[in-house]
Amino acid sequence: MKEVMRKAGILAAGVLLWGIMAGEAAAQRSGGTFNFCAPYGGDLSTLDAHRSPAAQDLLVAMNIHRSLYSWDPQNNSPKLELGERVKASSDGFTYRISLRKDIKFHNGRKVKVDDVIWSYERIMSPRTASPSAPFVRVIKGARDYEEGRANKISGLQKLDDTTLEITMDRPLDPSYTLHDAGAAILPREEVEKKGDAFGLDPVGCGPFKFVKWVKGSEIVLGKNPDFYEKGKPYLDRLVYKIMPEGASRDIAFRAKELDATLVSATQYPVYKEDPRIAKNMVEVAELFTRLVGFNPKYGPFSKKQVRQAINYAIDSRLIIQKLLKGKAFPCVGYLPSTSPAFDPRAKGYEFNPEKAKALMKEAGYQKGFSFECIGTSNESWGVVVVEAIMPFLKRINVTVKPQQLEGAALADRIRRMDFQAFIWSLSSGAGGDPLQALNRWHSKNPSTAGNFVGYRNPEFDRLLEIAGRERDLNTRLRILRQADALFREDAPVWFFNYNKAVVAHQPWVHGIKPVAVEIMYQDIADVWVDESSPRAREK
Amino acid sequence: MSGFPGDQMLAFALRRILQFIPTILAISLILFLLLNVLPGDAALVAAGAQDKGMDPRYLEEMKKLWGLDQPLHLRYLTYLKNLALGDMGLSYLRREKVSALIASRIWPTLKLAFVAMLIAAGIGIPLGFWSALRQGSWLDTVLMVGAVSGVSIPQFWLALLLMFLLAVKLPFFPAMGYGDGDLRHILLPAFTLGVGYMALLARTTRAAVVEILSADYIRTARAKGLPQLLIHGKHVLRNALILVSTTAGLQFGSLMGQTVIVEKVFSWPGLGSLMVDSIFQRDLPVTQGCILLIILVFLVVNLAVDLLYAVIDPRVEYQ
Repeated sequence: MKEVMRKAGILAAGVLLWGIMAGEAAAQRSGGTFNFCAPYGGDLSTLDAHRSPAAQDLLVAMNIHRSLYSWDPQNNSPKLELGERVKASSDGFTYRISLRKDIKFHNGRKVKVDDVIWSYERIMSPRTASPSAPFVRVIKGARDYEEGRANKISGLQKLDDTTLEITMDRPLDPSYTLHDAGAAILPREEVEKKGDAFGLDPVGCGPFKFVKWVKGSEIVLGKNPDFYEKGKPYLDRLVYKIMPEGASRDIAFRAKELDATLVSATQYPVYKEDPRIAKNMVEVAELFTRLVGFNPKYGPFSKKQVRQAINYAIDSRLIIQKLLKGKAFPCVGYLPSTSPAFDPRAKGYEFNPEKAKALMKEAGYQKGFSFECIGTSNESWGVVVVEAIMPFLKRINVTVKPQQLEGAALADRIRRMDFQAFIWSLSSGAGGDPLQALNRWHSKNPSTAGNFVGYRNPEFDRLLEIAGRERDLNTRLRILRQADALFREDAPVWFFNYNKAVVAHQPWVHGIKPVAVEIMYQDIADVWVDESSPRAREK
Repeated sequence: MSGFPGDQMLAFALRRILQFIPTILAISLILFLLLNVLPGDAALVAAGAQDKGMDPRYLEEMKKLWGLDQPLHLRYLTYLKNLALGDMGLSYLRREKVSALIASRIWPTLKLAFVAMLIAAGIGIPLGFWSALRQGSWLDTVLMVGAVSGVSIPQFWLALLLMFLLAVKLPFFPAMGYGDGDLRHILLPAFTLGVGYMALLARTTRAAVVEILSADYIRTARAKGLPQLLIHGKHVLRNALILVSTTAGLQFGSLMGQTVIVEKVFSWPGLGSLMVDSIFQRDLPVTQGCILLIILVFLVVNLAVDLLYAVIDPRVEYQ
């Protein structure tokens, strides 16, 4: 009897779930225009996904083009996008992918394996000088092709028109690199026909077709009726307004001219207190870590106790609460809380001035020292934060001299390790792969390639190498957690915060997701507007 | 030409145009040197890899592609040679011709500056004139306090205030964007841009008119019994316009360079925003092109103002 009841219960739950899903599906409405923003910097550079690394370009391009994989915000990991299934070899080197048979480019031609191979070869061609090359370089033979020693990428094998075999140069899941919007699959004939102008008039296989680009003002996309996900996209028209100014976005959002907007640090507390807006905000810990990097060549910073003392001496939570108005998540280690290798049981450095003083004494610096910290004018991770930490460090006799620089000039000095300390926001995502994210700090990685603090710990290196060879995902993540813990213990940086990225949307908008790799990378194929939208019937 | 031979004026114009050449050469050299010694690696910015680091080989490839691997003097000579042929180079990031990029953005800026100037002159000059005629009255005081405030208002703040009032609270105008370049889209940014100049023109006009009103020839005209309208229209306004047109002309040139903030706030697709974007993106050919063009517009407008003197003031001679 119990068994019968249990089965009946499962059946009822299943019916209920199906009902909810069917109800949700039925509620999704097709039609209307969605006004979104392109909020980073100024005008877009290009819509040729292979030729731009900028989020401002890719957030639009990803809705025109599609890559072999895409980022799944629900599971916080990459998923197969253009394929039906993928089969990995037992050694983790080879991946056989069966492409969907119903994908068409906007010019009506079906997408085939040849397009994937050509796209990756274009990315690796020195003539393209593609910033996406690192995503493809992990495929076997890609480097040979890049350097002219081969006329094709040996790790890409066409088995038939819809079956592709990818062989990696080491055991590595290609999904973590090939999901990037910069590794999109493009139609060869259109790229060759249009040349450089392809970036101004792109053709892809994504949910929206390119319509027009009013330079410096807006980009208009139209629905692709032949999109392979049946019923999607829901919207007839998608408009990206180019709006770098947070204050302007705020006004346009309040005037209901924007359906969704990226919330700036200034607007965040105001929006949080407005009950009409607060309930329509999507927040996520983006894969960016804000920190102060210490140059170990500068005497005091060569001592682990001093670096740890600085971490204990500063009340990060107070700075986040008061200065950043809560628009950040306190750091625990380098990997953000949305990283699959984040350790939820781990604790970061607590505010403990007494411990900080004791560590300074232990290091022989109880009388303190001074250092210069370079940074930009950014309101969340710039010189203003350095000014906020100054009184905390004064208590352990450390004097900080902030120096403000323009972004490109700062980057230049950091790459050359021409600093005593710097404050910056570093990408700690590496496409969502925690191994690649931590590889930044591998001792073989030079400062020019991202190891800006010249971090060197053989045990850390060893853990990363073991993790790289490990095939079991859980074991691999466990090893990476150990590596992150080691990095935290060594404190080569002051761990400040993880970016809290926030998108606010109008009440009629549905389908905005917390995308950890970059919140503006919204797949608009999933977004729809209900009848209450002022643009519900606008085509 | 009010008694001035046309060939004299033509010779003057030609002489001034020839003077443009050394001016532009000097400016291009200063500009080229300044932009190229700026700290920050253009290739690194273009690669979007500032916070990630980048394979040095890739950076070298980019530099080769853009000719940045050449010595500075060679790069400048190539730049000059191309400039002489009307080629401003290729944008690093957009891979479009700089001239095409500028061509697509100059019209919105010209339109914005022109409408702003119309608003400024259309309101500022009559207000200044009116204020001068009622010198010392409460109206004069109010108008001049208004003019001082107008000059002092920060553009950014005024833009946001107008957007909030006239796009959010009273939704008469769109809050941002270019639309089809129609009047509804242009009025708010043009007013924001023009309000400072409107105030300046009002003050300049007032000062000129006050001075002219106390001149002997005005007293004579009055003594002759000329109608007030004729005195104000023919003698006062015409003479005041000499000074006002100089100010207005010079301002049109500087308006071109000052559209940056307004364009950014209103998402107006003009030259100013293109220039600022290119500076932050280290897209040097675009920055050079934009600045050179703004300087050229400034020079041409100055020349036009000088030529206009003859129309307004028959005493002016071209030598």
